[in-house]
Amino acid sequence: MALLDVKNLSVAFATNDGTVNAVNNVSFQLDRGETLGIVGESGSGKSQLSFAIMGLLAKNGRATGSVKLEGQEVLNAPIKELNRLRATKIAMIFQDPMTSLNPYMRVSNQMAEVLIHHKGVSKAVALSECVRMLDAVKIPDAKGRIRLYPHEFSGGMRQRVMIAMSLLCRPEVLIADEPTTALDVTVQAQIMALLSELQKEFGMATILITHDLGVIAGFCRNVIVLYGGQVMEKAPVDPLFASPSHPYTRGLISAIPRVDTHGEVLVTIPGAPPNMMRDPKGCPFAPRCGYASDDCLDHLAPLSEFAPDRFRACNRSLEELA
Amino acid sequence: MSTPLLDVRDLRVSFHIRRDGDMPWTRPTELKALNGVNFTLNPGETLGIVGESGCGKSTLARALIQMVPATGSVLWEGKTNLLTLNAVEMLKYRSAIQMVFQDPLASLNPRMTVGQIISEPLRTHHPNLSRDEVKQRVQNMMERVGLLANQINRYPHEFSGGQCQRIGIARALIVGPRLLICDEPVSALDVSIQAQVINLLAELQRDLGLAMIFIAHDLSVVKHISDRVMVLYLGRTMEVADARALFAHAAHPYTKALLSAVPIPDPVKERAKKIIPLDGELPSPMAPPSGCVFRTRCNIAIERCIHEVPALLGVGHEVACHRVDMAALDLV
Repeated sequence: MALLDVKNLSVAFATNDGTVNAVNNVSFQLDRGETLGIVGESGSGKSQLSFAIMGLLAKNGRATGSVKLEGQEVLNAPIKELNRLRATKIAMIFQDPMTSLNPYMRVSNQMAEVLIHHKGVSKAVALSECVRMLDAVKIPDAKGRIRLYPHEFSGGMRQRVMIAMSLLCRPEVLIADEPTTALDVTVQAQIMALLSELQKEFGMATILITHDLGVIAGFCRNVIVLYGGQVMEKAPVDPLFASPSHPYTRGLISAIPRVDTHGEVLVTIPGAPPNMMRDPKGCPFAPRCGYASDDCLDHLAPLSEFAPDRFRACNRSLEELA
Repeated sequence: MSTPLLDVRDLRVSFHIRRDGDMPWTRPTELKALNGVNFTLNPGETLGIVGESGCGKSTLARALIQMVPATGSVLWEGKTNLLTLNAVEMLKYRSAIQMVFQDPLASLNPRMTVGQIISEPLRTHHPNLSRDEVKQRVQNMMERVGLLANQINRYPHEFSGGQCQRIGIARALIVGPRLLICDEPVSALDVSIQAQVINLLAELQRDLGLAMIFIAHDLSVVKHISDRVMVLYLGRTMEVADARALFAHAAHPYTKALLSAVPIPDPVKERAKKIIPLDGELPSPMAPPSGCVFRTRCNIAIERCIHEVPALLGVGHEVACHRVDMAALDLV
């Protein structure tokens, strides 16, 4: 049985301008110890997907479908139930560590709170465990610095605090939503190395959500490519980069400037990001796709396996794209 | 050799910071955001400036056009020192030096139409132009940057991020500048849109013969667009070189570490890559290390680095490091 089993997950928001379909019929499975990357640009629904799994959607958001954690349905579960699962089974780290830590609380208090609440331990026990965890994320002088407030840490150190906090209860699943986007490239390298190390040490399954294909390439075993709330392609990381099977993935990979090659003109994807108010039927990428025809606007072939473990959702066959 | 468009010598910018707990008579702490930066920029050339947050990239851009007070000299075409001009004298040069900012939406006035935004520099610098002439030029420029001329009466919020950045570029180019300063112009954009804007900038630069200062934290973007690249760390220049040379054989230990940290979108290469870790944290710019500012995080620092500030040496490929053998560098 898969650790996390997401089936036909859709997220829609009721707004004054109409319904926004942020996520449409996304299905995937996550095994124990797996590293799954979810890549997409703004508006692809990658963050809402994780919020739906965690039960953190905004009030006007509605999630349908099914999310099973160890066989137990968690989508739209009562808040009490969710609070039991959060931290102990599934935890999340966010993009901006400054806005996700409480600026009025010492790091010691907000970290200890997690253990006191979820494990019912005494504050002293909780604190010593917190120091151990800060050591594990390589914060120098953890014992002294745990007494500081979040603003007294640098961006990279704050993200380490976030990571330590999310791992306190040894979750089975860690969702990292753009964990390094706000950081400098050298700090990003440190944080990704740390996450990789902790992932191996604690063996938790990790979902890494990012727009950066370079970060995905180094960290993940499997990758899901999202566009306009729909899965375009899903594959192990090596074949995805070596021979992308979807026009969008191809466009995305060739549009990145790289330090390891010399290119003259970047290949671009024409057009603008998808309109979120659009009808969810049809392929969201069709207006920007060089291979699209009229039928792509009305219907999109379901995600299907065309090679072992490799899935694509495209009306055109691979031969037609060649 | 021809006269460089811009010859910057010993550019320094300091901010005076009052800290919590300071008494009214306490002397404010001096933060040296730029500490003696030198470079030249030739007509039609693109100079990329890279470095981590707080290294002084944006301050450098602002100092050149008197948006922050600076000392040193910024010679325009070998003659005029821009830093000594008063506001009226500077106006003449402002149309020759234009800027594109990072946040495309925040840098456009939400209550002005696109036409008003793009024509504003034209109305400031060429007040005698007729309304028809202004409109004509604005529409031509809009088409040049890939906007539709009939969108002239729309407001910024009606455009996507990439289109807003095109508006910002049109506003900068409408007065026919010789130098375009781009401060993180594509950082806020998605990958697929980013590529469009980079290509547009490169194309405009080539067609109009613009010189460009391109500031970004993304090294792959800088590599793609620049002729030469300057690496800054804590307000000082670490290395300047031809873009290809810098990325192929970086000499400074900081540049090497920075380059090794850039993720490569290729799983096989990325896994095989060796990252040179930078230990510790960026030192506070209010109390920078003595000698070489990078020495506290450098894995090859020696005694000399503590006492002596390394000079920027070399011809073509310039490096500020005591440990780099300049003779060997010239061979590659």
